[in-house]
Amino acid sequence: MPIPNIVLHVADVHKSFGGLHALSDVDLQVQEGTTHAIIGPNGAGKSTLLNVCIGRLAPDTGAVVFDGQVITGKLPHEINQMGVVRVFQTPEIFSDLSLLQNVMVPAFAKRDGSFRLNAIRPVSSETGIRDEALHWLDDVGLADQRDAIAASLSRGDKRRLELAMGLVQKPRLLLLDEPTAGMSRHDTNSTIELLKKIKGRGMTKVIIEHDMHVVFSLADRITVLAQGRIIADGPPDEVRGNPKVQEAYLGGVH
Amino acid sequence: MLNLSRSDWLLLAGFSAVVLCLPVILEPIGAAYPALMQKFCIFGIFAIGFNILFGLTGYLSFGHAAFLGIGSYAAVWSFKLFTMNAIPAIIMAVFFAAAFALIVGYVCLRRSGIYFSILTLAFAQMSYNLVYSVLTPLTNGETGLQLTLNDPRIVDALFYEPAAGLPRVDLFGLFISGGGYAGFYLCAAMLIICFIIALLIFRSPFGMMLRAIKSNQNRMRYTGFNTRPYLLAAFVISGMYAGLAGGLMAATDPLVGAERMQWTASGEVVLMTILGGVGTLVGPVLGAAVIKYFENIFSSFGDATLHDVFGFLPDAVEQPVVSFLVLFVGDGWNLTLGVVFMLIVIFLPGGIMEGLRRIWNLFGRRPGDGKKVLAAHPRPAE
Amino acid sequence: MDAILLQVLNGLDKGVAYALIVLGLTLVFGTLGVVNFAHGALFMLGAFCAVTFNKLLNLESVVIDPTQTTAWGAPLEVRTPYVEAWLGDFGTFLNDYSVPASIVLAIPVMLFIGIVMERGLIRHFYKRPHADQILVTFGLAIVIQEVIKHFFGANPIPQGAPAAFGGTVYVGEILGMGQTLAYPWWRIVYLFFSLTVIGAVFAFLQFTTYGMVVRAGMHDRQTVGFLGINIERRFTVVFGIAAVVAGIAGVMYTPILPPDYHMGMEFLVLSFVVVVVGGMGSLGGAVAAGFLLGILQSFASMNEIKAIIPGIDHIIIYLVAVVILLTLPRGLMGRKGVMED
Repeated sequence: MPIPNIVLHVADVHKSFGGLHALSDVDLQVQEGTTHAIIGPNGAGKSTLLNVCIGRLAPDTGAVVFDGQVITGKLPHEINQMGVVRVFQTPEIFSDLSLLQNVMVPAFAKRDGSFRLNAIRPVSSETGIRDEALHWLDDVGLADQRDAIAASLSRGDKRRLELAMGLVQKPRLLLLDEPTAGMSRHDTNSTIELLKKIKGRGMTKVIIEHDMHVVFSLADRITVLAQGRIIADGPPDEVRGNPKVQEAYLGGVH
Repeated sequence: MLNLSRSDWLLLAGFSAVVLCLPVILEPIGAAYPALMQKFCIFGIFAIGFNILFGLTGYLSFGHAAFLGIGSYAAVWSFKLFTMNAIPAIIMAVFFAAAFALIVGYVCLRRSGIYFSILTLAFAQMSYNLVYSVLTPLTNGETGLQLTLNDPRIVDALFYEPAAGLPRVDLFGLFISGGGYAGFYLCAAMLIICFIIALLIFRSPFGMMLRAIKSNQNRMRYTGFNTRPYLLAAFVISGMYAGLAGGLMAATDPLVGAERMQWTASGEVVLMTILGGVGTLVGPVLGAAVIKYFENIFSSFGDATLHDVFGFLPDAVEQPVVSFLVLFVGDGWNLTLGVVFMLIVIFLPGGIMEGLRRIWNLFGRRPGDGKKVLAAHPRPAE
Repeated sequence: MDAILLQVLNGLDKGVAYALIVLGLTLVFGTLGVVNFAHGALFMLGAFCAVTFNKLLNLESVVIDPTQTTAWGAPLEVRTPYVEAWLGDFGTFLNDYSVPASIVLAIPVMLFIGIVMERGLIRHFYKRPHADQILVTFGLAIVIQEVIKHFFGANPIPQGAPAAFGGTVYVGEILGMGQTLAYPWWRIVYLFFSLTVIGAVFAFLQFTTYGMVVRAGMHDRQTVGFLGINIERRFTVVFGIAAVVAGIAGVMYTPILPPDYHMGMEFLVLSFVVVVVGGMGSLGGAVAAGFLLGILQSFASMNEIKAIIPGIDHIIIYLVAVVILLTLPRGLMGRKGVMED
């Protein structure tokens, strides 16, 4: 059996805010093609970890290695162009643009790179980009609202739009920050279905999630963070039975 | 050649037709003389360019008059040194404005929001102060730069004997300066070209990226875009428009003073754009024309004209009415401008275009579907 | 040595004047979150309060005295200002001191203007984008200056300082350094006046409950709102105070610069540069930036410096602003999160 490729390696990352150790000695490896869930009680450092991965925060020590390259210290757009895409927890969309445009913009970033002065050909003639955007809008169930202004969407729909914006870039690594927060049970299930559907396409996913239903339906491997430290790391069944995890969730600090 | 949708072709055709037929259209309102119409076109170009920056990216520059001024100075120097032909002058104007915009933009775009506005303001004031003081050899300070009889004009000197008196700006035999129709049509042609370029930018992926930056710049970065070059490109393009406007201003009247670069002159183009409609294609041109037209009309009004107009009222009423209205005409034109501008910002942030759209909706809507939300309606940019 | 000292004095004086002029601007910005492009107009209105007051004092009675004749043989018109007729010597004194005395007029007038402005206009723009605030107040500034132009004309109207403070003072002599260091009296007065007003505003914010709430509001507007404090009413008062401070700064400035309708716009750009260098919304920063820019400006005006870098005196302030903004994004003392976007 070939050794699976490590796509993301968070190497001994330490990050503190003032006196608070948000992350201590976090060392994490994500294998190519897997769905890796990071769970943990509130304040465990999950969001900090994600922010370190996409260059929003710089770690105090340690480094994040993506596909053999150190990405700590790189600019957000450089990290994105390498194939690391994040889906935000609070919807970060282009409120003034239509849904279709919201998905076309990241598609352009994927095709044209971080800057291209493409000022002559009208957007309407970019059929390739348009079809691709429509395809993903359809996958998240928003195709019929393609011309609506994004600001008019409900919170749950904004999350789905975000997902389409991330997926359209066909990232090597997709970081999902609570992708189903704020969604109805029905929408959550369809999102799970969607994420399962794209699983076979060579996309590696890191999911931060509270909803255990989502985690156990999707994850190949689970890392549990508590108070900035990794307390467990392994396949779902192993993590489920880990007494330390049960303590952290039930009897521990929270 | 142009890859435009049907409605854009119609828009372009309509716009060009209106601009080229201005002498006929403006006849009934008494504005059909070239000197005024070319002003409409020049300020139209200035405002279109400003709108590419402000309308698309939301970056409010208070320093665009500096680019206009540099365009004017460059053009006059081209007349003085090389030739009275308008083409090289316009090219020089655009080139120097672009070069300056590149430097200013590179520095100012490191910050956003109000800080960006203040930085552009600071640059504009610096250029204005320098033009008045140490740059006097280049700008002739307070007197203003103008043509003289002993200018070298090396290119012209090769081909003709200089005629008596100051030469006029020409374009292959047509006289551009001096308020003739040739001057107007040159400006009109430039306006249409500028409009086409703006139309292309608005419809292009580049335009979409600029709108996305305005909407959520941070998200653009995490979407994989380096936003700085996009903004810089928009800034330089809009500086080039200003330079072109300045060049045309010099071509139609080869005399340039520093007051053209003052920050209040930058304020004027802001007013035009807001009045017409920020982020719309036609709005800025409309705003420029409306402001320049009424400036022309109102400034020439005085006490006597008002008494004529309100002569039908009984004296007891006429007197207070006239003495109130006299505030707003003649020298008080700027007061009218200020009041109208405030009203627009308060009640109609989308400007004239938004107003027209509302009127259109009022009449165009069938009874019964009044509650239907127009989903993909272009929202007024704020 | 004297030249340096003179420049330091000059710079302090300029700097404190800048600080005073921008105090209200940054106060309004810090508490109300409004970018007020009409602040220069408030300063100008204050200056015209002094002009108006002076005009009022100089309303004259004209009596034709047939017993005296002029050089041309016409009967002499004896003009007596009413104040002098009614109040005698005190009237003469009042006339001489019309500039400082007009503060009495300026305070209620500016307070009224400020309150009307806040209630009538600014209030509706708290939640609008900063660009809209800039635009609407810019429009208002045009309106105010044009109205002033209509009533007072376009030419500067010189105002005299009181005779006792009209000349120059030999600062050097006071410091025991000989007669070489002379300085206009009134600018010394303005220096101390500015320091007093700035001190008063700081004391108000520091030591009164009212000021404490305002400072809390500058720090975190929402929370103060949640505490059930009627923040709206306090905003009105803050704006009124800002208008008054700008106004009296304008009043006292008239002997230094004859006021014209356009002075507000000229000071506006300068004010924003000072505020931005100091850090938007920071009162201490504004004062520090005022001093910094004032001193740099006066040194840049020295011939020795101008010989090295020609034209530096015209651009130094803006140049410093650009450098500071690029190196210290929040200015000297700006807080995080204020106007970051």
